[in-house]
Amino acid sequence: MCLAVPGKVVSLEGDGTGKVDYLGSTILANFSLLQDIKVGDWVIVHAGFAISKLDQKEARRTLKLFRELEKLSPSE
Amino acid sequence: MTNRTSEKSPFADWRSRTTVERLLGAIASEIKKIGSPVKIMEVCGTHTMTLHRFGLKPLLEEAGVEMISGPGCPVCITPDYYHEAIIDLITSQKNILVCTFGDMTRVPTRKGALQTVVPVEGSRIKIVYSPEEALDLARKNPEKQVIFFGAGFETTIPAIVYTVKKAHQEGLKNYSLFSALWLIPPALEAIINSKEIAIAGFIYPGHVSTIIGERAYSFVAEKYGLPGAIAGFEPADILLGILSVAKQIRKKQPEVANEYKRVVRPEGNPQALALMEEMLEKFDAVWRGLGVIPESGLKLKPVYANFDAIHRFGLKLLPERITKSTCRCGDVLKGLIKPEECPLFGRVCNPENPKGPCMVSYEGACLIEYKYSSGVKER
Ligand code: SF4
Repeated sequence: MCLAVPGKVVSLEGDGTGKVDYLGSTILANFSLLQDIKVGDWVIVHAGFAISKLDQKEARRTLKLFRELEKLSPSE
Repeated sequence: MTNRTSEKSPFADWRSRTTVERLLGAIASEIKKIGSPVKIMEVCGTHTMTLHRFGLKPLLEEAGVEMISGPGCPVCITPDYYHEAIIDLITSQKNILVCTFGDMTRVPTRKGALQTVVPVEGSRIKIVYSPEEALDLARKNPEKQVIFFGAGFETTIPAIVYTVKKAHQEGLKNYSLFSALWLIPPALEAIINSKEIAIAGFIYPGHVSTIIGERAYSFVAEKYGLPGAIAGFEPADILLGILSVAKQIRKKQPEVANEYKRVVRPEGNPQALALMEEMLEKFDAVWRGLGVIPESGLKLKPVYANFDAIHRFGLKLLPERITKSTCRCGDVLKGLIKPEECPLFGRVCNPENPKGPCMVSYEGACLIEYKYSSGVKER
């Protein structure tokens, strides 16, 4: 029921729904709980509804933190 | 689908071995500075899953962190008399179509499980993936009364009430909701107040938080002085959350950290919150194993009573039906015992023959423990 991973919006229909791609498999989702969803956005879908849009800037910030961690020695 | 970690996978970085090792190292060094091991509760069943699936639990224990599973599985905390009420209905009334999520149909009660009871002619139970499917069935089957039997936390509640709003707008006369809708923050407060277990901090559920935001947990830090962090569901996400909680413990500076900012906004999802506010009101609800928790349940407001299955069909919810059972889900949900400490775990209670909801739901601690722990099946 809870898809813990985000999927990518691949199409938008006029009725507030659209298709979301999960690495090759596509599901239909309702976008009524979010504003300004565009094709190409990453979203979290739960019980058929997109409940949150992925913030790419924040994702990159976390990745940068990981890169810094990797530079540390294992014992730190 | 969640298993794929191909080169193209956008999640690979969150599963990188080096990152995971560094984070575990950082957690261990925080615990060393604290001076003694800590117990942290992961509230959400999907977090429990991540911890087991990626083998993080023993590694965290080595680092000095014992993870305790909390009540974060809506199927598990829904009392069995909800199931019994709906079983009574479909075994006595014709032309009822009960739609529900798959794991709800396998929960055992004294009247059987939804998937095994035999409805009267013309009535049936259907598994749906989304409440919208149930709404659609109501539109297409005007001769049937379609009931969506929905158990859920804040993550699922907006989707569920959206269908009621639609049905109301469309003037549908054959759609109703049998709601088992639960709120996470009051349950956290109940667990803290029960003082049965010394929890040093919380990992807050990532997707409940997408709806309710950060402030919903402020009371944990401000009123009870306990640390907490919102975390996502990849291994590195949950470790970032645990690291933040460990740091807060060491510095004695409890707060609500958000380690899942790419998905959780501080204010949550305003549209979903507005919809909930518009349609629902709080009541003192009974949680399986936890008892009555003030203002912890949601039900449709009286203006939508026609869409409330309890009202429309005169369903009887009979809490006094609760009898003492040997299933210890209640203690598992409170974090008092681990699944394997239940005497039924394994041989008597297993996924093929579950004795309680915690062995049924994909987010249930007993099922997750059974699936991912080695050796238990030989018990
Ligand atoms: S192992 Fe089975 S009987 Fe024991 S607490 Fe879990 S679900 Fe209940």
